[in-house]
Amino acid sequence: MLATLFKFKGGVKPASHKDESTQTPIAPAPLPPLLVVPLRQSAGGTPQPLVKPGQKVLKGERIGAPEENFSSAIHAPTSGTVRAIEPRMLPHPSGLSAPCVVLEADGEERWIERVPVDYAAASPDALRDLLRDAGIVGLGGAAFPSHIKLKPGAAGRIGTLIINGAECEPWISCDDMLMRERAEGIVRGAAILRHIVSADRVLVGIEDNKPQAIAALRAAAPAAGIEVVPVPTRYPAGGEKQLIRVLTGIEIPYGRLGTEFGVQCFNVGTAYSAHRAIELGEPLISRIVTLTGNVERPGNVEVPIGTPIDGLLKLVSPKADTDRFIMGGPMMGFTLPRTDLPVTKAANCILAASPALFPPQVPEMPCIRCGACTRACPAELQPHELYWFSRAKNFGKAQEYGIFDCIECGCCAYVCPSNIRLVDYYRFAKTSMRALEREKTASDAARQRFEFRNQREEREKAEKAARLAAKTAAARQAIAGAEKPAAAVPAPAQTAEESAPALPQLDEAKKALIAAAIARAQAQKEGVQPKNIDNLVPEKQAEIREIEARRAKVRELAKTPPEEPV
Amino acid sequence: MNGSPHLHQPVSVQLVMLKVLVALVPGIAAYVWFFGAAILVQIALASAAALAGEAAMLRLRGKPVGLFLADGSALVTAWLIALTFPPIAPWWLTVSATLFAIVVAKHLYGGLGQNPFNPAMVAFAVAIIAFPALMSQWPAVGFTDFAAQLGMIFKSQSPQDAVTMATPLDALRTQLHVPEARATVAGILGSHASFGNIGGKGWEWIALGYLAGGLWLLQQRIITWHVPAAFLATLALIATGFSLASPDRYAGPVFHVVTGGAMLGAFFILTDPVSGATTPRGKLIFAAGVALLVWIIRTFGAYPDGLAFGVLLMNLCVPLIDMGTQPPVFGHKDSKKERKP
Amino acid sequence: MITALLVMAGIAVVLGALLGYASIRFKVKGDPLVDKIDAILPQTQCGQCGFAGCKPYAQAIARGEAEINQCPPGGEEGIRKLADLLGKEFKPLSAEHGTEKPKQVAVIDEALCIGCTLCAQACPVDAIVGAAKQMHTVVAPLCTGCELCVPPCPVDCIAMVPVPETVETWKWKYPVVQMKVVEHA
Repeated sequence: MLATLFKFKGGVKPASHKDESTQTPIAPAPLPPLLVVPLRQSAGGTPQPLVKPGQKVLKGERIGAPEENFSSAIHAPTSGTVRAIEPRMLPHPSGLSAPCVVLEADGEERWIERVPVDYAAASPDALRDLLRDAGIVGLGGAAFPSHIKLKPGAAGRIGTLIINGAECEPWISCDDMLMRERAEGIVRGAAILRHIVSADRVLVGIEDNKPQAIAALRAAAPAAGIEVVPVPTRYPAGGEKQLIRVLTGIEIPYGRLGTEFGVQCFNVGTAYSAHRAIELGEPLISRIVTLTGNVERPGNVEVPIGTPIDGLLKLVSPKADTDRFIMGGPMMGFTLPRTDLPVTKAANCILAASPALFPPQVPEMPCIRCGACTRACPAELQPHELYWFSRAKNFGKAQEYGIFDCIECGCCAYVCPSNIRLVDYYRFAKTSMRALEREKTASDAARQRFEFRNQREEREKAEKAARLAAKTAAARQAIAGAEKPAAAVPAPAQTAEESAPALPQLDEAKKALIAAAIARAQAQKEGVQPKNIDNLVPEKQAEIREIEARRAKVRELAKTPPEEPV
Repeated sequence: MNGSPHLHQPVSVQLVMLKVLVALVPGIAAYVWFFGAAILVQIALASAAALAGEAAMLRLRGKPVGLFLADGSALVTAWLIALTFPPIAPWWLTVSATLFAIVVAKHLYGGLGQNPFNPAMVAFAVAIIAFPALMSQWPAVGFTDFAAQLGMIFKSQSPQDAVTMATPLDALRTQLHVPEARATVAGILGSHASFGNIGGKGWEWIALGYLAGGLWLLQQRIITWHVPAAFLATLALIATGFSLASPDRYAGPVFHVVTGGAMLGAFFILTDPVSGATTPRGKLIFAAGVALLVWIIRTFGAYPDGLAFGVLLMNLCVPLIDMGTQPPVFGHKDSKKERKP
Repeated sequence: MITALLVMAGIAVVLGALLGYASIRFKVKGDPLVDKIDAILPQTQCGQCGFAGCKPYAQAIARGEAEINQCPPGGEEGIRKLADLLGKEFKPLSAEHGTEKPKQVAVIDEALCIGCTLCAQACPVDAIVGAAKQMHTVVAPLCTGCELCVPPCPVDCIAMVPVPETVETWKWKYPVVQMKVVEHA
């Protein structure tokens, strides 16, 4: 049974350049002496470090605990000693730093105890937790935690499971090589994922420019009842939404998970690592990285997470005219700010760029609204309109025209005759809007808290006034009772509102009472001392005395007593 | 640091404009064949004026002159102006109209990509309002005496009646408007050998030349089918309806489609992306609107051809059309409202 | 003549009645303008504007009793939005009310804190937790950076620390500006 294929609109066909890096088998990368493992490698929060500097860890030992259920665990990629937990620059377009575990390898590669699990006997919930604790995230580039995608949606069961082997970006071949060499592992992983969601069918979508990968998977697939579907080669056929559309005809809008539509999509690398995690007990501590572009010996290597990129580049010898390195492919990758940054779970390719391979940006011309971008947009947006709105910072309008549906695939900028860096504008607009949204949420919360606080203060004031009024009434009654007991008239129970205007009408005895209270308060004020300083060390006490002296001086200068602690 | 993509297709505004110019060549060749080389002089005049005006405006606006001058957009405007003007129009008319198009219609609105009106059509509208007589002096077919043409262009020599004549459109308009004449479409068109059988002798072939160039542009994906198809279909449809109802008073669809500026407009003028609609449905509405206006102005208006006014009026509607015809986004096809904030 | 006058008067009466009816029928409860202004204000509740919080300042602006340029945390962006909303001219931030600073949060040096609760009372959004004679701490995500807790502290243990940019909050630069930077570099 061959599935009917659907089409997605738009897309482009850049030269694929995959053959360069598929001539040699996947080679293991040498173990570097020092690894830097970022704690945050997936969407959904930064895992808390579980190790301390100086601590010895084994290969595969958990060093970062997933935060709630939204992120994925982090593991030691080799055995060795934790040297530090400190912010290090990440391979990220911002060039910003985030907490990383710096691990010195001991070269022994001693594993933790690996416990294989028979997935067929395990419950889906247990398997999901295992995947989370094994740090399985999407290896296609987005690094979204897989266990979240495997949760059954509100709409019910995931009927169709899609394994994404399309790999549409030019130059990248890590999925291709993985499929050629480890088809069986991918198929086994797919079977595990299928078991978790109890899907009816599993479709493996592979672009038809990878005949060897298709053949390898077909050879491995029949056993597991998994269907391999060649899809037409057109960028971005490997985009998750595009591949789902091509294989099932379903369109997943922005902000929704495929789960809600009964379909879910995983990268072949993710399926393979799921197999390793469940059936071999090995957490995700390495990945295949394509090293290609302007290099002497392009190829694919299996790299422990945290390996510095500059060490990897020595394996392939970048040519002399290389001017920068791109992480990811030429369509969606970003220029690395430096090369001493670590490989992360999201790093599928390191591409050496030269002016000859990737010509420098020519000057931007004005948009002539030619519509080439509209025809190329796989999200069926109007990129030129989004460009005008983003450029004018008219974010509301940009949102109305669907800027968040943009997948940043770069097709529009690729075809733009005016050479406008369209995606940069969209990224600017999107990140600015997200920042505004955060500010808005924060200020709304602040307003609520402020209003709540005001209400509480009002209430407390009212309660205090009521107490005071009751007390006054009682006192007056007592005084009145002492002076002329026969004429005792019960004072009406005063409410908080009445108490204040009532004050001026108080008689002399009342005034005496208030004076006494004020005197008492004065005395209390003199006597009050912060008591949590009693048991402090002498230095601290000296410090406090110093501060007190300073305060006294200030008080003297200002001639106004400071507010009294209540 | 720039973000992705790091690849770019070998396309540029320059290449797009160059292809448009190349696509005009078959039409121009037919033009020269039937009406002599004067049109080449007009093209040269308009091009020189456009480039000079563009260079001056770019310098005044502090833009990189070389970069923008090379984009070719001024040349496209210039060629379209020359092709819509009478080939024997005096040089100063062509030059001043071109300068007006470049300086006022293009650069005063912000230059390339910003002009709300088609500059060539602004030039035409200005010229025909200011100099209606000069703009209706068309050479007769076969009048290819280059020396005489040069005399008219540069020395403003009044053309002899023998060498000028009304275009078929003009003839229809003026004669059908006189009720006493009891003229019929067939009668008028048959009255002069040079009116030919379809859209006027020579004009038919020029239109075919434009059609050939336009189809090549379609094949090159410089333009999409929406605008030419909607324009020509609407024009033909209206003409068919009215000519069926009253064949004596209204010209038929074939005549309308190949005569005047219809074919040039369909493939080269309405397809100007800057001032036209951009969404697929928007393009259909825009082109159909121009076709309707062209037919109305041709049939009932005071000017021989309605293309310029039709285009300019529809240019005005473009923002509204584009806003109202936004196509649904991937994944949002069922529920349009969902996307609204 | 008379007819015309009568017609005009009639129209006036009818329209007046309609307007009067509409003003009763479509009367808007509350003051939406105040809410709209309040929505633009940053809700730091810092009082730098001279009012006891953002809402009172919003009310003062709505009554025309306060200028739109008295809110340093809102910055130029905020003034621009207020100017847009109210159809007023943009004016630069008034210097007497303070200067625009990057977003900050208060941080209590817990070794120095004596547990006096003065800061907790000053905090307009209850972002400081801690009981009397116990260490206090600032709940950073709730802190608006208003600085109101700094002056009351008797031991000067509260510092305002700028919020660092992280990978999650990082924003892409505006492309045009970016090109200029490259040119000058």
